[in-house]
Amino acid sequence: MKVMVMVKIGGADESQAAPTTEILTAMSEYNEKLVKAGIMLDGAGLRPSSEGAQVVFEGGTTSVVDGPFTEAKEIIAGYWVWQVNSIEEAVEWAKQCPSDPSGPRSQLEIRPYAEDEDFGEEYTEELRERDAKLAEQIRAQQSKG
Amino acid sequence: MDVRRTVAAVWRRESAPLVIALTRLVRDVGLAEDLAQEAFAAALAQWPGEGVPDNPGAWLMAVARRKGVDLIRRERMRDEKYLQVATDPTLADGGPEEPGDGMLALVFIACHPVLSRESRAALTLRMVGGLSTEQIARAFLVPPATIGQRISRAKRTLAEAHVPFAEPAAAELPAQLSAVLEVIYLIFNEGYAPTSGDRWVRQDLAEDAMRLGRMLAGLLPKEPEVHGLVALMELQASRFRTRTGADGQPVLLEDQDRSRWDRTLMAHGQAELARAINLRRPLGPYTLQAAIAGCHSRARTFDETDWEAVVALYDALAQLAPSPVVELNRAVAVLHADGPQAALRALDAIRHDPRMARYHLYGAVRGDVLRRLGRYPEAAEELERAAGLAPTPHERRLLMHRAAAVDA
Repeated sequence: MKVMVMVKIGGADESQAAPTTEILTAMSEYNEKLVKAGIMLDGAGLRPSSEGAQVVFEGGTTSVVDGPFTEAKEIIAGYWVWQVNSIEEAVEWAKQCPSDPSGPRSQLEIRPYAEDEDFGEEYTEELRERDAKLAEQIRAQQSKG
Repeated sequence: MDVRRTVAAVWRRESAPLVIALTRLVRDVGLAEDLAQEAFAAALAQWPGEGVPDNPGAWLMAVARRKGVDLIRRERMRDEKYLQVATDPTLADGGPEEPGDGMLALVFIACHPVLSRESRAALTLRMVGGLSTEQIARAFLVPPATIGQRISRAKRTLAEAHVPFAEPAAAELPAQLSAVLEVIYLIFNEGYAPTSGDRWVRQDLAEDAMRLGRMLAGLLPKEPEVHGLVALMELQASRFRTRTGADGQPVLLEDQDRSRWDRTLMAHGQAELARAINLRRPLGPYTLQAAIAGCHSRARTFDETDWEAVVALYDALAQLAPSPVVELNRAVAVLHADGPQAALRALDAIRHDPRMARYHLYGAVRGDVLRRLGRYPEAAEELERAAGLAPTPHERRLLMHRAAAVDA
C-alpha cells in the first residue's frame, strides 16, 4: 500500500522551526534509511508559509490570504510517499523520524492513498471519464518535460 | 493499530540486521536464522501484552543471544562457539549493527547458486525481507510446512557446502548478482502474474520484490542492471490496477485505462531507468525490458506508442537473450510499426519453434495479423487452434469469440 506522510507544525511556531545542522544531518540519515529499506517513493520539503498563500471559499465568497499562516493550527512543511505493508509499518517508520526536543511541537500524519473504488457512487462514470482525460493531459505534459 | 501487525512491521526492519549480527557471532547463517526466529517468537508472545520495547533491535539481540547460549550448551556444540557467545564483551547490549553493513553478504548467501531456485526465493523473503513462514506460504500458495522444510533444507545445504558469509569478490560479482536479480524478479512475477489466489496477497508479494530491489539498488548504486530491474518492476506494477477488469479478467495493454496508472510508481520507475542508462554501460536485459515498459508509460494512448523504438529495443533484447517469446513480442511491435505483412514474416520465422507450437498467444497474435491481411479463413483456423491451447476457460472463450468474428 502507498501512504502519504505529511510533516506538520503549528502555525504560530513556524518561525521557530528553523532546523539546526544536527537535525538536518539526522534527517538526511533518516532519509537514507528509508531509501535503503526500499520504502521511499517520493518526498519533498516545502518553503515557509510566509512565501505561500491560501485561497479560502466560504459562504459563496472567495478570498485570498497571504502567508504566513500564523493562525493555522497546522502547517504542512513537507511530505513523503512510502510503499509499506500496513499502516502499522508506516507508524513504526514514522516513530524513527528524528525530532528536535527543544523545537516546537510537530507531527507526522500518515494517510493511505484513496483508490477509485473508495469514492463510491458519487464518483459517476462521467466524472471518472473526465478525470481520465485530464490525467491523460497531465501525462502528456510530463512526458514532454 | 493492530499490535500483531506492529510486531510484524518491527520484525521486518530488525530481522536482517539481527541475522547478520548473529551470523557473525555463531559463524553459521542457518543457526543464526533459527535463533532470530526464536527471538521473534518470544517477541510475538511478549510484545502484544507489554508493548514494543524502545529499542526492539537490542531486545531481540539479547533474547537471541541467550537462546544461542542455551542451545549451544544443551547440544554441546563446539566449545569455541560456546565460549565466544558466552564471553564476547562487545555483544553486551549493543543490539544489531547498522543495516547495510553485512546486508549484501546476507542477500548473496540467500541467493547462493548451491540452493534451488525456489529455496532462494523463500530464504531471501525470510532472511532479507523479514517475512514469516506463514506469509511466504500464503504468497506462494503452498502449505507453511512446505516453506518451513524448504528453508531448513536450504540452511542445511549452505552449512554442508561451507558457503562463507561474505560479499562476493569483484570477479564473481556479475554472475552472483545476476542470480540475485533473477530471484527478485521471480518473486515479483509470482506476485504480478494474475494466476490465482488472493489478489491483495499477490500484490503484497510484488511490493516486497520492489522493496528488495530498491534496497539492493541502494547497496549497489553503480550496477545498472539493479536499477534496470527496479525500473522494470515499478513500471509494470504501475499498471497493476488496470490489468484486470471489474470481473477479474485480464485487460490487454491496448484497452487499459491509462489515466489510472500509478504516477508515483511511473515517476520512480522512469528515474531508475534513467539511472541505469546514465551509468553508460552496455544495456542489460532488465534495463532493455524496462526501457520497453518506459515507452508504454510515456505514450498517452496506445496508438501514440513509439513503436519504432520498441522494435529497436526488442532487437537489442533478442541479441542479448535470444528467445521465441521475445521474438513474439517483437512481432507485435513490428505489427504496429511496419504493418501486418512485416509482422507475419517475423512470426513465421519462429513458427517451428516447439515452444511457440504449444503457446496460445502465438496463435492469438498470428490470427490477428492474418485477419488484418484479410486472410479470414486462415485467421479463424489459427485463432481456433490458439483457443484449444488456452490455459483458462475465459481466454479460450475470448479466442473462440475472436475466431467467430474474424470477418466482421
